[in-house]
Amino acid sequence: MKPVFLASALLATVLTGAAIAQSGAPIKLANVAELSGGGATVGTNWKNGIDLAIEEINSKGGVLGRKLEVTHADSQSNPGVARAQVQKALDAEPYVLLGPGYSGSVKVTAPLAAEAGIAQIMGGEAAELTTTGNKFLFRTSFGQQSSMPKVAKYINDELKAKSVAIVWVNNDFGKGGRDSISKEFAKYNIKVAADLSTEAGQADFAADVSKIKAAAPDAVFVYVNEEESARILKELKRQGITVPLVGETTLVGQKVVELAGDAANGARGHVGLTTDAPVELIKAFRDKFVKKYNYVPDHNGLKGWLAIYMIKATTEKMGKVDSKGFADALHGFTITAAKEPGILMDATFDANGDIDRQGFLVEIVEGKQVVKQVLPKLGN
Amino acid sequence: MSNLLDLLIAGLATGAIYAIVAVGFTLLWQTSQTINFAQGEFVMLPAFLMLAVMHAGAPFWLAILIGIALSLLLLGLGFKMLLVDPMLRHGVLPLAIATMALAIGIKEAAKQFWSAEASPFPSIIPGGDVTIFGRVVALQSIGVLVLAILAVLGLTTLLNRTSIGHQMQAAAQNPTVARIIGVPVERMILLTFLINAFLVALASLLITPIYLAKFSNGEVLGQAAFIAAIVGGFNQVRGAIAGGLLIGVVDNLSAAYVSTQYRAAVPLVLLIAIILFRPQGMLGRPEERTV
Repeated sequence: MKPVFLASALLATVLTGAAIAQSGAPIKLANVAELSGGGATVGTNWKNGIDLAIEEINSKGGVLGRKLEVTHADSQSNPGVARAQVQKALDAEPYVLLGPGYSGSVKVTAPLAAEAGIAQIMGGEAAELTTTGNKFLFRTSFGQQSSMPKVAKYINDELKAKSVAIVWVNNDFGKGGRDSISKEFAKYNIKVAADLSTEAGQADFAADVSKIKAAAPDAVFVYVNEEESARILKELKRQGITVPLVGETTLVGQKVVELAGDAANGARGHVGLTTDAPVELIKAFRDKFVKKYNYVPDHNGLKGWLAIYMIKATTEKMGKVDSKGFADALHGFTITAAKEPGILMDATFDANGDIDRQGFLVEIVEGKQVVKQVLPKLGN
Repeated sequence: MSNLLDLLIAGLATGAIYAIVAVGFTLLWQTSQTINFAQGEFVMLPAFLMLAVMHAGAPFWLAILIGIALSLLLLGLGFKMLLVDPMLRHGVLPLAIATMALAIGIKEAAKQFWSAEASPFPSIIPGGDVTIFGRVVALQSIGVLVLAILAVLGLTTLLNRTSIGHQMQAAAQNPTVARIIGVPVERMILLTFLINAFLVALASLLITPIYLAKFSNGEVLGQAAFIAAIVGGFNQVRGAIAGGLLIGVVDNLSAAYVSTQYRAAVPLVLLIAIILFRPQGMLGRPEERTV
């Protein structure tokens, strides 16, 4: 009897120890982002935002007493590579998958995460991403279906433009934006004076801008990625285009301002997130980011940061680290900045994984984003 | 019509930069049978060298001078002594493959040391506009075109009107006879590499303010200059100049009148047509090889 008792006691001790070790083990997250290639600005900001948030949370004791740990993989801004990296990341069974930032990469990786039953918090903004019934996909920013109506309304009401040239990047992100804004322009009877598709990574925009010049529109809507935005802004200035230039976050982000210099002045856009927002918590985030990385982040830095705080708030709501229950817990959840300051602004996640929170209309004035209008949360 | 004029000016400005890079291609080929597939990366690197000097606190003009000096050292002397000389004795093909490896090496090193992100780069040409035939044209386009033409004129004057130029041509056309008549062939070949390094540094200075400093810039530039050199004539400097200008204009016109998606394909179609119907290039001369 005695040996049996001793063996049981030993087994119990080992199991308890294992359980303690388990509860204290780090919560593993996997990030797949555009760390090189055309989307390097997007991915690097996103990654830095993630790292900063994790560092802050861990320094305060972690989530439910457990530290967060993240692995970063480079998609090279290539959907094929992103898919392979996500598969590899999922094989390691992370608690939540983070990224990618490019809509095309999100599109090809989302089915993998859904199949594995792992929630995916990503940076893509293409409208179609959250319309496929995927119950594991969550946005960190507005989808095009939320932002484009606001942009079109601004072009119609404030700029009184009757004809607009659309410049878009020929990928899922650009095409989604172009389709959404064209639909909105039709509602206002705004004529599309030129419809210009450009390539990701395109260096020379002289021909495209010449076409815009020939079309003589009242305004230009630019919907390309950050580096290309900077190049086209420079070319627009070079060729003397003076009509209002309107876009989304990718036209008026910090990186665009840095790259385009003076040429960015006067560009306007709707941004879901900006470090220049008149919100104290965002200002504090900006200061922390600048202190650590020595540059002002764009909205992707904010998105990466928010993704981590979404995980923290949802996990604390559940009271346990439950990978399978995470997506259900986040659907319909409103995270308030009063309760979780890391979320920066109150945010609600609907059944599709879309986000609702306040947004901003900004203009670049003397190299700085100036918020012209604050657009309230739709659910208010 | 006015749109066509804008497109032509913008195309010529870009084409002039392609021409500078393509001239470097042809010079290296003529004097040392070197096909440099890293030529695009050679254009990308000097801008980063200049940025590094500026980050160290130097003013832009000093950064340009140091950047050009470093280019001469690394992309001229270093390239010849460390890669071309040891590889060339094994034949043209192993050297060409070695330059492909070098291209990857330079690109990845630039990404590693600086960043995968693009960086802004100042322009040596002031902003502003000028009016030509009633059209407002950016001073930058004109400036790029003028500087590139001056560089090419300077080079052709050096090659055709000076003793050194004649010696370089002799060394390129028949090194054995050139040696017999006392031409320092090795020194002339080295000079060609240094001229190429200067040309790529100049091209870097002109194109980077438009393209932004990015590790991947060489891919587009190298391909465009290579096509320009073949289309114009790989064995003629004037062919490379014509090829560069033509590719710049064709690229812009095809983006405007054919399709943005297929713009990259049009110069390649031109390349295929040239190879099929005039393999020596527009202005090149036929070469025969003995076996």
